[in-house]
Amino acid sequence: MELRPLMALSAVRLRLFFREPGSLFWTFAFPILITIALGMAFRNQGPSKNQIVVVAGPQSAALASALSAERGLDVTTVDAAEAGRRLRAGETLLSVEEAATPGAPFVYRYDPSRPEALAARRLVDDTLQHHAGRRDPVPTRDETAIAHGARYVDWLVPGLLGMQLLNAAMWGAAFNIVNARQRRLLKRLAATPMRRGQYLLSYRVSGLVFVPLQVIVLFAFARLAFGVTIQGSPFAVLALALLGSWCFGGLGLLCAARAQNPETANGLINLVTLPMMVVSGVFFASSRFPHLVQPLIRILPLSAFNESLRHVVNDGASLASQSFPIGVMVVWTAVTSVFAVRLFRWT
Amino acid sequence: MDAAIRIENLVKKYADVVAVNGLDLEVRRGECFGLLGPNGAGKTTTVEILEGLVPATSGTVELLGRTWDRDPDALRERIGVALQETRLFDRLTVEETIRLFRSFYPKGALQVETLLAEMQLEEKRSTWVMKLSGGQRQRLAVALGIVGDPEVLFLDEPTTGLDPQSRRALWDTIAALRTRGKTVVLTTHYMDEAERLCDRVAIVDRGKLIALGSPSELIDRIGGHHLVELATDPALAREALASVRGVRSVREQAGTDGFALSIDEPHVTLPALIARLNERGVRPTRLVSRTATLDDVFLSLTGRTLRED
Repeated sequence: MELRPLMALSAVRLRLFFREPGSLFWTFAFPILITIALGMAFRNQGPSKNQIVVVAGPQSAALASALSAERGLDVTTVDAAEAGRRLRAGETLLSVEEAATPGAPFVYRYDPSRPEALAARRLVDDTLQHHAGRRDPVPTRDETAIAHGARYVDWLVPGLLGMQLLNAAMWGAAFNIVNARQRRLLKRLAATPMRRGQYLLSYRVSGLVFVPLQVIVLFAFARLAFGVTIQGSPFAVLALALLGSWCFGGLGLLCAARAQNPETANGLINLVTLPMMVVSGVFFASSRFPHLVQPLIRILPLSAFNESLRHVVNDGASLASQSFPIGVMVVWTAVTSVFAVRLFRWT
Repeated sequence: MDAAIRIENLVKKYADVVAVNGLDLEVRRGECFGLLGPNGAGKTTTVEILEGLVPATSGTVELLGRTWDRDPDALRERIGVALQETRLFDRLTVEETIRLFRSFYPKGALQVETLLAEMQLEEKRSTWVMKLSGGQRQRLAVALGIVGDPEVLFLDEPTTGLDPQSRRALWDTIAALRTRGKTVVLTTHYMDEAERLCDRVAIVDRGKLIALGSPSELIDRIGGHHLVELATDPALAREALASVRGVRSVREQAGTDGFALSIDEPHVTLPALIARLNERGVRPTRLVSRTATLDDVFLSLTGRTLRED
């Protein structure tokens, strides 16, 4: 096979990429901006405090000072109406109302579906009971253990790389192809002796340059700004990123195979990417979804990528231990590429 | 084998239209052949079938003795194409674009420098395609058409949308290609372009061939190389004009109350015509004498002008 056209096409891809300010922003700057925003929002500020309110009453000052002695509680005293409003607005986790008559129960109001509210209730109750003289029969002691790579930002960065590679395949490559079809450039190329497969392959070849750059820029930034480190092998990270980009590239090619105009492509791309952005664990863990759908989520390409990359980056896993998600990506790559090439229209 | 292209009973049907409806044509080697017709006549469809981009519904197409079914690779190396309104890579320079297309042709491609010089694009070699003028873009499109040194070159509406000066510059370029022995197939809806560039012209309308020949043969067929357009006040009867010396035919002009007279010798017929007007005591409100064009040929064949619809 004559490789000169493939090299020429790939070189053109690279040139066009670096001459397009938009693609530079979305590929390199955007993921960094998201890392900064989320890294700041979720940075660890010491042990978090639970916001609770005490309903004003004859004993409320004593009650509030007793609760304030507990470090994990942030206590405010307000009247009953305001306490109700704050609960409804989600501004406070729990309200405490003193006993109406001696011997009557204290009242805790909270939403049991919020895990933080349950934790706050337990803490408030313990504090109150201790204050009233309860003694624990078993002595205990707390020790802190902060694991490497266990912060939110450590967890976030691999998912962001997944999102970034998926977006590059969709908005970079697929959209680009549909655009070329609409402006009749694909047709013009099809009228030359160019091997048609080489045009499609040029997107993968140019990825050999883009993908390492994306990995390096994102992880270098995450390390400098947030101290995120790669626990496993950097080469394993690179290999997964390349596999991921091929896998998403196949998906992108499939979206671009027939669409005649950017509007249609736009819809198709959103249809494919948005659900994965939600369920595949980019911003929050997929484990929040019901057990029943977990096997389905696991075989989505972005889930497989995020799962394997997180194991390598956060837990130091080897590639060999990730054979399931890697297999999922290989299958997706093969199936989507074959269908895309069959369905592809040059006119 | 002196035919570069042979088309027999070519038909192309789309879901609801018949774009090409039984076309027979032969293009000789080394000639510049024009496909002339209004928009929607089936010119572009025909050319795209010849270029191997669109499959025919039925009929035979042979290029250089080969068919697209059997020899697609060999054919793509031997033809060159400038499609109608292709937008190339915006942020690639002229030279980079030519080099890219050149890489597709395994052997015998033209040198980049030669091509830049021939297409007068040397000054623009480092300019992004998006910053080129319409004329420069079309010259680049032609350059990409000939970069593989093709035997047959297809130009689909090469000057549509260009200003008169750019059109003339492109005409010179195309005329120069023909002198190098290339077969050129050109579609256009400009009759002056076809008259200027083409050895032979096929006039197509609604997917069918309605006339074939050299531009001057076709003009001969409407009976006379000159046309006089005349309207009078009060209006004259057709017979009063048809009997003037040297008038070969009289046609009512659609949309006006006047007539178009085909004549051969203006210096003989015009004085006789004026004498007839004076003798009838009518005043001309419009009197134009001009050479006949392919547009008049089309009009006399179909009753419509090329620019309509």
